[in-house]
Amino acid sequence: MFDICELCEPETLAEAKAIFRANPELKVIAGGTDVLIRMQHGNLAGAGLLSLRNIPHLDEVQLLADGTISVGAMAPFTRIFEHELIRKLVPVLGEASVSMGGPQVRNVATIGGNLCNGAVSADSASTLFALDALLKLETAEGERIIPMRDFYAGPGKVNLLPGELLVAILIPREGYEGMGGHYIKFAPRKAMDIATLGVAVVCKIRENRFVELRIGLGVAAPVPVRCFEAEDYAKGREVTWECVQEIARLALKPAKARSSWRASKDYREHLIEVLAQRAVAEAVKRGGGCCAD
Amino acid sequence: MLTKNAAGVKARKRLCMTVNGRAVEIEIDIRESLLDVLRDRLQFTGVKQGCSVGECGACTVLLDGTPVNSCIYLAAWAHGKTVVTIEGLAQDGKLTPVQEAFVDEGAIQCGFCTPGVVLSTTAMVDSGKCFTHDEVRRELSGHLCRCTGYQKIVDAAERALREADVAADEHPV
Repeated sequence: MFDICELCEPETLAEAKAIFRANPELKVIAGGTDVLIRMQHGNLAGAGLLSLRNIPHLDEVQLLADGTISVGAMAPFTRIFEHELIRKLVPVLGEASVSMGGPQVRNVATIGGNLCNGAVSADSASTLFALDALLKLETAEGERIIPMRDFYAGPGKVNLLPGELLVAILIPREGYEGMGGHYIKFAPRKAMDIATLGVAVVCKIRENRFVELRIGLGVAAPVPVRCFEAEDYAKGREVTWECVQEIARLALKPAKARSSWRASKDYREHLIEVLAQRAVAEAVKRGGGCCAD
Repeated sequence: MLTKNAAGVKARKRLCMTVNGRAVEIEIDIRESLLDVLRDRLQFTGVKQGCSVGECGACTVLLDGTPVNSCIYLAAWAHGKTVVTIEGLAQDGKLTPVQEAFVDEGAIQCGFCTPGVVLSTTAMVDSGKCFTHDEVRRELSGHLCRCTGYQKIVDAAERALREADVAADEHPV
């Protein structure tokens, strides 16, 4: 049995926000595949849970009128991976979604929960960084929309105000349109593993030059990071193998890799460079470019 | 709405769900997992407790047709849903084609992971989709078999999918 003192199951978002305002100490639970595991390990003892599972429409994936893709915070990873809109418009997010856990976990685990956990290894996080995604956060008082990279405050910490809920992830049209993308999750096992390193790349190529390049790294620093120096370097340059190698070297700049039992600092830095090369090369290919030397 | 747990009083909740085709109404403790309720209260002991943290897949059940780890799923969340455990597959002692495929391939060693693997395979077959070899392996990746009999498990799943495909061709809906 889980060490839970109460379970609130609101039926509407308004009700959830009202309960959360009155009881900001509640632990929000989405799919439960992290929260319940932490409880099983003896953490969060005696917590009261605010479950969002009974709220309708929070799990929908939609294309908004302005071309923004809205992914409901409660959308499970299987739904994202299989969704026609995602397959067609942002396959890189599907790629990241299907790399997470195993099927039974992906059927329940939600993208919102994955982000709110604040884990630097979250497969969806580095990808959403690269896609320049925005987060729609709501309290009983109102809503705010913030860029993904303002969300992460530190290891396991995110910038959610008391009583605030993540409602949707927004990927603006400029974030994905005409972009080739690729996500590489590096882990000892192909399934049921946590990323030793994650590299997400999206790029727009015209006449074999980089119009735009965005790189998101997971587990390279205490929080997911963007590789702005590498991205600036690429802009306008012709796609060559040398250029891709230089981009990969520059991708190391924002990294603050550390040693853990999963991998040493040196190994992680090696992975960043090698995987950035591979991910950029593949994203270029998918974006219609060619970097054969 | 707020299921308060006053000191010493267990917070309880009425749970209505369908398990293996039968409507079940039962009072549960909000702290219970779906695994706890299925095994300890309803005696569906074919649902195995393995790791308790969603790693091994032994506790897999079909929830509205979808495989989930019942050990990290609150029982309260199953309200209004349809659950199928391994006990719900064979009818009147007659195995399903998926179960037959596991027997025919010899895909069972100690049997502890088998209920979960058979249910995940059943979900694949019932989806009516086609799966490549890699996709079959991916769909079964949430199951650990500590006898390490994976090859025969994958063979059995592929046989079940192949036979369902042939059956669908012979008897189109």
